[in-house]
Amino acid sequence: MSAPRLSTTHRPPSYLADAWRIARKDLLIEFRTRSAFLAATVFAVLAVVIFRFTWDPTAIPAMDLAPGVLWVIFTFSGLLGLNRSFGLELAERAYDGLLASQVSREAIFTGKVIANLVFVLCVQTLALPAVALFFDLPVGPSWGIIVAIVLLASLGLSAVGTLFAAIASNTRLAELLLPMMTLPFFVPLVIPAAQATAVVLRGQPIAEGMAWLKVLLAFDLVFVFACIMVFPFTIEE
Amino acid sequence: MSSVSSAAPRSATVPEPKGFDAFLAIAMVAVIAACARALFFTPIDAMLGAAQKIFYVHVPAAIIGLYFACGLLFISSIMYLWIKDERLDRLAESSAEVGLVFMGIVLVTGPVWARSSWGTWWVWEARITSTLFLWLLVVGYLVLRSGVESIEVRARLSAVMGTLAALLVPFIHLTVKLFRGMHPEPVVLAPEKPKMPPEMLMSFGLSMAAFLLLFFALLRLRFRWATLRDARTAMEAA
Amino acid sequence: MQSPHETGATGVASASASGPALTAEALVRAFGGRRAVNGVSLTLQGGACLALFGPNGAGKTTLLRLLGGLLKPTTGTTRLHGQPLPGDAETRRLVGLISHHAMLYPALSVRENVRFAAECQGVIDADEATTRVLTQLRVVDRADTAVRYLSRGLQQRVSIARALVHGPQLVLLDEPYTGLDETGALALTDALGALKANGATLVLVTHNLSEGLALATHSAIMQHGTFVDEQPVSSSGFDVSAYQAKYRALVHEGLA
Repeated sequence: MSAPRLSTTHRPPSYLADAWRIARKDLLIEFRTRSAFLAATVFAVLAVVIFRFTWDPTAIPAMDLAPGVLWVIFTFSGLLGLNRSFGLELAERAYDGLLASQVSREAIFTGKVIANLVFVLCVQTLALPAVALFFDLPVGPSWGIIVAIVLLASLGLSAVGTLFAAIASNTRLAELLLPMMTLPFFVPLVIPAAQATAVVLRGQPIAEGMAWLKVLLAFDLVFVFACIMVFPFTIEE
Repeated sequence: MSSVSSAAPRSATVPEPKGFDAFLAIAMVAVIAACARALFFTPIDAMLGAAQKIFYVHVPAAIIGLYFACGLLFISSIMYLWIKDERLDRLAESSAEVGLVFMGIVLVTGPVWARSSWGTWWVWEARITSTLFLWLLVVGYLVLRSGVESIEVRARLSAVMGTLAALLVPFIHLTVKLFRGMHPEPVVLAPEKPKMPPEMLMSFGLSMAAFLLLFFALLRLRFRWATLRDARTAMEAA
Repeated sequence: MQSPHETGATGVASASASGPALTAEALVRAFGGRRAVNGVSLTLQGGACLALFGPNGAGKTTLLRLLGGLLKPTTGTTRLHGQPLPGDAETRRLVGLISHHAMLYPALSVRENVRFAAECQGVIDADEATTRVLTQLRVVDRADTAVRYLSRGLQQRVSIARALVHGPQLVLLDEPYTGLDETGALALTDALGALKANGATLVLVTHNLSEGLALATHSAIMQHGTFVDEQPVSSSGFDVSAYQAKYRALVHEGLA
């Protein structure tokens, strides 16, 4: 029986490699179980359909309704994926193993944000075309900007959402608490995103939406940094 | 060898629950007096009519709820993360609840004023919209607190949320302002203060002082209640 | 005040020449008003194994979490190879943690779980180390099965593999024998024995007196957050039933 070598050569921790490994692990687990992704996508498509069927095209033009629909769906489908982010760690207390290892807290948080970001973007890859299809939106080169808006908003949502998922995992009724805590935080994401989307869909020059894009960018910069900084406080020590 | 010392009782000073709170009584008298003065002894605004008198309640409540209460909440949350003193956590909790009351007054008096002045219950005016979002934010904060039983865990997690909430406020203001900038409305809810005649300024000043007194009285009461509750929880657990 | 503990008298060499591996001085950890750990001091050399017994609620799990750097002490210090705990990345890497929770990801396979742990701990030949430790704990034939399909006992073995794959120098075990069948228990005892022989320090919390004492070089009984008894354990002629009687007496005394 060979003994485990105590003097196995070790690598020091690497922020990027550790974060990436954790992100991959989270995504692999989600890929295997698929439960949250299916819930989010089914919700998104159902919501689009319901909005479409309760909409009177003669009363409200598609350009006016579609942005709101798109970003409401974005918010709530995004929330569906956030709970499992720490749920999977706490199910069998794997989190303890991760916390006791040499991996830094910042890397753990960043890895989970990346995983949630990919999750949200995957859902949006299905939701965006669904909205465009059902609301007969003109698809053109300007959609590149809409994709950029989605990227910016998704980053903000993932950062803040992951942080609050970490907080909520310490509480009773985490699934109920998470939306209540995070929705006010999504206001400076969703309103600018919806307004900027409307500018693009109406064919107005991008300059008119610049202020909104700047708000999104500023939000991302401030909150990604702030959430990384406060994340260690969500862990009991 | 391990030391054999029994757990020492916590040396928190537990305040005695008082039957009658003189400070609160004085504050309430002051508020009633200020309201009476505003209603009966202050001239009616020529342009806005009698309904404008809601202003004497609405604006002090807004200033106190948004700047004093929320400000205290944010500052004590950030400080708690730094110093970890329980009293800061109780201050944050108390500020949040009392602030909720004051912001609630804003959210009720606003629509009443709007209805009597313009016929609609709700106007998406920048300040009241921001107040609504902040109110919801504080509700979320208090719901978080109710979901955690351990005092220390609750303090720590609430402080994290309070800190992030502090960072959020400028973004909410900015978002709402930009939105309003694209859809300007003709009338602003609160008249410019410098244009007010001295009697109205005096009433406003008195009202402001009275509500401030009320705020601090309620805050103090709520803080003591929180201290008592935490002390009792600690004694039961030990 | 701490009395230095000697390693057992069976010829196990102390690995470190530069001082004790694990020390704790007047450790206290309070939760609110309650002191879960109320003044614990200990000194352990490399190659030592402390078996920790005690009734539920004695503070054993909290003590392990303190020693593993998962919790900060309210007062007092704890050091691993001279470095304070909770420590920096390098110090954390020296620790292996085993509890009665599986600490695994149910959706991932056995190999994926252990390799993830190995990579997180910076092991360079993660695949090789994974295969090695899985073989040692006799679960390598289930390596590609998802953990959630395994029995509790097998999951426990995988959890042990996860904790040992990076070759920790301090292994903290919280009731590791729970759920293990005879094969598993034997594999665990062998693995721990090998670790000890290589100079690792073990702290083992268990309800099973005979299993705990089989590996131990020291034993302690914990109650109400402190050690009410501690003594070295010599492998030759240790009277388990006498110890059992002493345990019962002390614990019932404390409860009365």
